[in-house]
Amino acid sequence: MNKMTTLFIGFFLTFVSGWLGLVIIPYFQIGQLKPQVNEDTGESYPLVRSGLAERGKVVYEAEGCLYCHTQQLRPIDVDDDHSRGWGPRRTVARDYIYDKPVLLGTMRTGPDLTNIGKRQPNEQWQYIHLYQPQIYTKESIMPPYQYLFTVRKIEGARSPDALDLPAPYAPASGYEVVPTDDARALVAYLKSLDHTYALPEAPLPKD
Amino acid sequence: MDTTAVLVPDSDSDARERAAIDRSCRVPVLLFFSVAIFWLLMGTLFGMIASIKMHVPDFLTTFFGVPAGELSFGRLRPIHLNIVAYGWAAVVGIGVAIWLMARLCRAPLRNAWLVCAAGVLWNVGMIAGIFSILLGYGNSIEYLEFPPFVTFILFLAYALVSVWAVDMFVHRKKGHVYVSQWYLLAALFWFPWLYGTANILLNIQPVAGSVQGIITWWYGHNVLGLWFTPIGLASAYYFIPKVIGRPVYSYYLSAFGFWALALFYSWNGGHHLIGGPLPAWLITASSVASFMMFIPVLVTAINHHMTMKGNFHMLKYSPTLRFVVFGAMCYTLVSFQGSSMAIRSWNYLTHFTHYTIGHAHLGLYGFFTMIMFGAVYYIVPRLTNSEWKSARMIKIHFWFCAYGIIAMFVALSIGGLVEGEMLLNPKGAHNTFPDIVEATKPYLIARSISGLLLTVGHVVFAWHFVLMLVGMGRRTAGATLLTEASEEREGVAI
Repeated sequence: MNKMTTLFIGFFLTFVSGWLGLVIIPYFQIGQLKPQVNEDTGESYPLVRSGLAERGKVVYEAEGCLYCHTQQLRPIDVDDDHSRGWGPRRTVARDYIYDKPVLLGTMRTGPDLTNIGKRQPNEQWQYIHLYQPQIYTKESIMPPYQYLFTVRKIEGARSPDALDLPAPYAPASGYEVVPTDDARALVAYLKSLDHTYALPEAPLPKD
Repeated sequence: MDTTAVLVPDSDSDARERAAIDRSCRVPVLLFFSVAIFWLLMGTLFGMIASIKMHVPDFLTTFFGVPAGELSFGRLRPIHLNIVAYGWAAVVGIGVAIWLMARLCRAPLRNAWLVCAAGVLWNVGMIAGIFSILLGYGNSIEYLEFPPFVTFILFLAYALVSVWAVDMFVHRKKGHVYVSQWYLLAALFWFPWLYGTANILLNIQPVAGSVQGIITWWYGHNVLGLWFTPIGLASAYYFIPKVIGRPVYSYYLSAFGFWALALFYSWNGGHHLIGGPLPAWLITASSVASFMMFIPVLVTAINHHMTMKGNFHMLKYSPTLRFVVFGAMCYTLVSFQGSSMAIRSWNYLTHFTHYTIGHAHLGLYGFFTMIMFGAVYYIVPRLTNSEWKSARMIKIHFWFCAYGIIAMFVALSIGGLVEGEMLLNPKGAHNTFPDIVEATKPYLIARSISGLLLTVGHVVFAWHFVLMLVGMGRRTAGATLLTEASEEREGVAI
């Protein structure tokens, strides 16, 4: 057998072991998980997102929210996620079955967002925070997302969803700041993020 | 113990043979280097802007007074990553690999058009990919942010390089196959498989649920471990013995190190998801494999150290050796650090913090990029038939980059540990989330300053390279050395 064949068989065998272990076996183990249906209420978990929220997820991906925010909670024995009020339980594989791509994240430059829909359901807060995060948290290093909003002249009555911005961020008088479709979708997505219900493999702890 | 592939006895016919090989590599290798250095500058620019935005969030958010998504941190950060990984590191790596393959196969380049076409195609893909992210079509799959049509172009370009490499290897001059060739061939064999699997299962026909997470990190870790690392190590294995004029210390250690790396590295990916929503066995297997990485790393470190032993004084005057040895030392450090980060308790502290970012920069920059700089300093004079213009510029390049990356690593590591410690103690008196953000700011500012040092080094390096390219290098017989060498290095290739 010549040297080249031997080498390539070695390359193949070493690489295929990791490929089987980290790609193929996990695919068969957790790649076909089904939603959990509550027999009493007929509710199915994880919750299915609305079409608008699904579009908002695409905005979340395009704007790179994932580079500073995780969507995964670690086991309760690492107390930090739980005590910080980010969620009552760890997240498990089933939580992510509708996500393409999954947005687990790797950095917590900002807080975890697994349950942000539950923690901060106020739309106006989300809009103002996206527009200029430092309005609520002066230490924040989150970038402003003002390009997801439109400044326009008030024609007749002020729009119901115009932002109540404090000075110095408020627009000139006679003008208003309103969210674009992208901002609406993004906030709908953020509001949809809620994994505070129990799953059989991840029950809620008894406090 | 046969290492003749590296130590070619110097005779006229050998010198002629080498000159012919270098001539045949000239166009493709200089093409890859030029493009790579362009991307290096672009990557540095995007990195600097993203870094400043992390402590001055209102920095550069509007374009002529209009808020612009194209200047948003969330887009510039993945652009920085993709440029440095696929524009700089991969392209300079392929350039070095082409030259090394030709030299080690002891045959002039065959089918140069194949690699040139691949180079052009690759850059078309790069530009399309960067604009996709910039205009808001990024998909937030880390290391794979480009849309499917772009990954298809890159895959095709890469496949051409792989086909070319196998063709070169088949037509090599018979004789010993040196360990550097194993690393190069393996990298060229693994990467299309890696890139193809990850793109199909994540980007084109995504699988359901958190299994995507493990595939992402199987890819993300292997692109470093089984693509950049083998090219970096192939270069270290080639240039260290070459410059000091001694065979590599142990052939058996290099073979053992190679196979241990191939086996263990491919299992590492899961350690990025400790505590994550995946089966426990998977995380444990990856943690064990990460720990096993101590073996190939230690073996390689010993091998390089023993090769260098007695020749450390040559670091004073050989630019190539100085960069490559710096990189090889960073490899040992970053690998040991990586193994330690797979320990569950330590991972809980460092995961999700800037500590990981420091680790990534030590790997892709301290190790890989520094070795590539060394390789470029060795190869370019042989292609342009001139010597580097200024030892001073090389020195500036080295020290700014060396201090820059050390400063960046230290700042991000300490900042990350502070951040991790505060994150782990939510009940502490001053550990609210805004407190944590405030505590990390000084380290983020330090990171921007270290980035400025790197920028200076890169600009000087790029300028020096341009001078060589336009024929303004020195036309002297001896290589450009950092300090005057003593007589003992007579006849040794620097």
